[in-house]
Amino acid sequence: MTAFAELAEQIGNATAVEIMGAGTQRGIGGAVDASKPIVEVRAPTGIVSLDPADMTVRVLAGTPVGVLSAALAEVGQECPLDPENSAATVGGVLACGCSGIRRIRYGPIRDRVLEVRFITGGGRLVRGGGPTVKNVSGYDFPRLMVGSHGTLGMLVEVVLKTQPIANKSSWYTSELAPDLLRTSIYRPACIAWNGKMTYVLLEGHEIDVLSQASELSLEPAQPPPHPIGEHRGRISIDPTRIGSLAKSLGDIKVPWLAEIGVGTMHVATNNAAELHDARLVAHGEGGWLLREAGAPLLDPFGAVPSNREVMGRIRDAFDPLGKLNPGRLPFARFTP
Amino acid sequence: MGRGRVRAEPLELILYQSDAGTARGQASVVCFPESIDDLSFAIRAANRHCVSFVARGSGTGLAGGATPVANSLVIVMTRMNRILEVDPVGRVAWVEPGVLNLDLTRSVRHLGLHYAPDPSSQQACTIGGNVGTNAGGPHCLSAGVTSAHVLAADVVLGNGDIVRLGGLEPDAIGYDLRGCFVGSEGTMGIAGSIAVRLTPDPPETRTLLADFTSVDAAAETVSGIIAEGIVPAALEMMDAPITRLVEEFVGAGYPLDAEAVLLIEVTGLIGGVDAEVDAIRRVALERGARQVKVAITEQDRMLLWKGRKSAFGAIAKVAPDYYLHDIVVPRTRLVEVLKRVYEIADEQNLLVMNVFHAGDGNLHPLFVFDGSEPGIWERVYAAGDGIIQACLDAGGVLSGEHGIGLEKRDYMSLAYSAEDLDAQARLRDAFDPDGFANPEKILPTGSRCGEMKRAPEGTWV
Ligand SMILES: Cc1cc2nc3c(=O)[nH]c(=O)nc-3n(C[C@H](O)[C@H](O)[C@H](O)COP(=O)(O)OP(=O)(O)OC[C@H]3O[C@@H](n4cnc5c(N)ncnc54)[C@H](O)[C@@H]3O)c2cc1C
Ligand SMILES: Cc1cc2nc3c(=O)[nH]c(=O)nc-3n(C[C@H](O)[C@H](O)[C@H](O)COP(=O)(O)OP(=O)(O)OC[C@H]3O[C@@H](n4cnc5c(N)ncnc54)[C@H](O)[C@@H]3O)c2cc1C
Repeated sequence: MTAFAELAEQIGNATAVEIMGAGTQRGIGGAVDASKPIVEVRAPTGIVSLDPADMTVRVLAGTPVGVLSAALAEVGQECPLDPENSAATVGGVLACGCSGIRRIRYGPIRDRVLEVRFITGGGRLVRGGGPTVKNVSGYDFPRLMVGSHGTLGMLVEVVLKTQPIANKSSWYTSELAPDLLRTSIYRPACIAWNGKMTYVLLEGHEIDVLSQASELSLEPAQPPPHPIGEHRGRISIDPTRIGSLAKSLGDIKVPWLAEIGVGTMHVATNNAAELHDARLVAHGEGGWLLREAGAPLLDPFGAVPSNREVMGRIRDAFDPLGKLNPGRLPFARFTP
Repeated sequence: MGRGRVRAEPLELILYQSDAGTARGQASVVCFPESIDDLSFAIRAANRHCVSFVARGSGTGLAGGATPVANSLVIVMTRMNRILEVDPVGRVAWVEPGVLNLDLTRSVRHLGLHYAPDPSSQQACTIGGNVGTNAGGPHCLSAGVTSAHVLAADVVLGNGDIVRLGGLEPDAIGYDLRGCFVGSEGTMGIAGSIAVRLTPDPPETRTLLADFTSVDAAAETVSGIIAEGIVPAALEMMDAPITRLVEEFVGAGYPLDAEAVLLIEVTGLIGGVDAEVDAIRRVALERGARQVKVAITEQDRMLLWKGRKSAFGAIAKVAPDYYLHDIVVPRTRLVEVLKRVYEIADEQNLLVMNVFHAGDGNLHPLFVFDGSEPGIWERVYAAGDGIIQACLDAGGVLSGEHGIGLEKRDYMSLAYSAEDLDAQARLRDAFDPDGFANPEKILPTGSRCGEMKRAPEGTWV
């Protein structure tokens, strides 16, 4: 029996499963309900085929991102999943749906996935999308699976779109206001701001990187430090409201790092109650806070989407017995 | 909904029995909502009478997506054509779905912004239709197709409920319903307003025209450019028949004796642009290009593009009928699949022209013929079957941008297993449990496990 078929049978026969990647992001999306007997399942690992001339790679979902990156680097390419920890697996990163720090230039990770194969709660192996860079044939399972927190299926294999590694990539700092930098720089790879300093990542041809840096008097620098703390969250907000959100977070003294032009804001604190306060501030500005780590008593999402009924029906359709990561994504349960 | 906004005169209904593709259907009633509340009202009314409905933008779709089957109510979105809000700082526009693609770009041009997806039909097609088909265009090679540019949509579901999918924040809570909706060809509901991303105009642009004495050499150059690690902003190919036709039509300066030309655009900052122009020129010359022309001024560039963009207009002028295909293959298989396309045309004794998004591996074989010739349609359909088979054999997919609709619905089981299609049907049903939204499209009947096989009423494809 093939590895996929064995996993499908295992999931089909189980009462409940927890899908495991490398395991550090288990706090994201909510704790798995421990009241049922849980079987841990893991996606297989390995690179199936790497086609540099087509700029695509077919990879098994359990493969650590670091392993994938190393293989791609050998042919001068990359896939900007950019997890903070390169031990994270491809499946885990996609399931969490958190895009990396270079999103403003390279897009969200959901735009990277061309094809998915996954095992549903009923133990069926399903394929969606296709291996080509462009495809509209049927419904977009790749995008559905990204950010689904392992509640619709276990990813076993994906095809990702790769890109050439830029010939120059450098971090800089600047005293200029982040919004001014954003309008002055053509396609930056990241503009990060923590209220004191603006950090800029430029990628591209060496001539362009150096000339933009000198025109704007940017100072070469290390990447921005992420806020440190046991309790961590990621705020998602209309990027035009970063400024007022920053002010409100400053009022409650929670450290943050904002991705300008994207609307992602990283916050961390050693006091769980402060993460809750940061969430309230985010809600006040029309955003929401994903609990990434710590603060076990805090709701994983802190809000219920207005379209949760559709989400609940989708979950029911793919996992009618509620086997996959039960407890995670708690609002997406169908209540007719 | 006021009188003028609902019509059912038989002559008028004929106008709405199909899109620009070949499938014909039958409309029962046509309506023209002017707001999202009208739209919701129309859908609820259809629900009450147990009538299904289909969204129609400009009807330029080629797969039969907007073609009404099962006596559906046709909901024409073209009166909802206001640009609601443009935020030049956030680089976002909220538009109604009936806004024409090119009108949006024109209206933000003075801000140094544009809407990136640029289908060849952009003068005529609507943003709503583009969302429906996840439309692409020449410049989607580096910028990405429609889905990468749609941030949010207010959608009326099959039961008349209005829901927001996605949002202006980078990630919405829960599943990516926005992502599911884009490309769903109106089968998950109808978008009543759409938030799209606007893209800053590039500081430098170069348009290259490379001409070749063989189609193979041109196709090898395409693969060669990608293999070199270059993703141009656009990489289009035209073969000899279409090049000559277009040249006679607009005089864009294309060589009349070339077997194929490539139209390539690179954009960005000057260092990268110069390096890419040099590399592309080298790759093309190494593979046998006779000449590589580089257009720098806006005027010269526009002239080169005018040829490409007039291709379909030129064909419509000379051919009584045409059939435009849409398949995608891995870029490394372009040469062999293109060869196969010419063989298939020969086998069926048909004239084929090729003008397509080569950089994505997205082929558009175009058969040009006189439909009144006896037996011709059988040959055209047989050639289509052959092309789809050749595409799937090469690891390709059924459609890159036109969608599945009715046209390719019955090919879906060649591309996907029964379990794959069952899962797709479940996803569709989760959005529209009663099956009112654009029924019988995309998924072949029998996709749901245990479903009865039945022929769609009042259709022929
Ligand atoms: C050898 C090793 C060394 C490590 N070193 C460090 C270290 O130094 N510092 C540190 O902080 N961490 C370390 N880690 C932990 C690791 O980096 C984190 O676990 C990782 O960042 C996140 O794991 P993950 O992304 O694979 O997903 P997980 O955290 O396992 O899972 C995240 C979510 O994705 C879901 N999921 C996972 N895989 C799939 C799939 N295939 N299909 C569907 N859903 C899926 C899960 O159910 C869960 O909901 C180490 C791990 C290993 C194995
Ligand atoms: C000459 C020519 C060239 C073309 N070139 C290209 C090209 O380069 N790239 C490309 O991608 N396509 C191309 N097309 C195909 C066509 O223009 C696109 O598919 C376009 O997106 C259709 O837009 P429309 O407004 O005409 O939609 P329609 O044809 O009216 O509808 C298309 C689909 O979208 C659905 N729909 C319409 N409005 C909505 C809404 N508000 N909400 C949800 N669903 C909706 C419909 O139900 C239908 O399924 C071309 C067509 C022609 C005739």
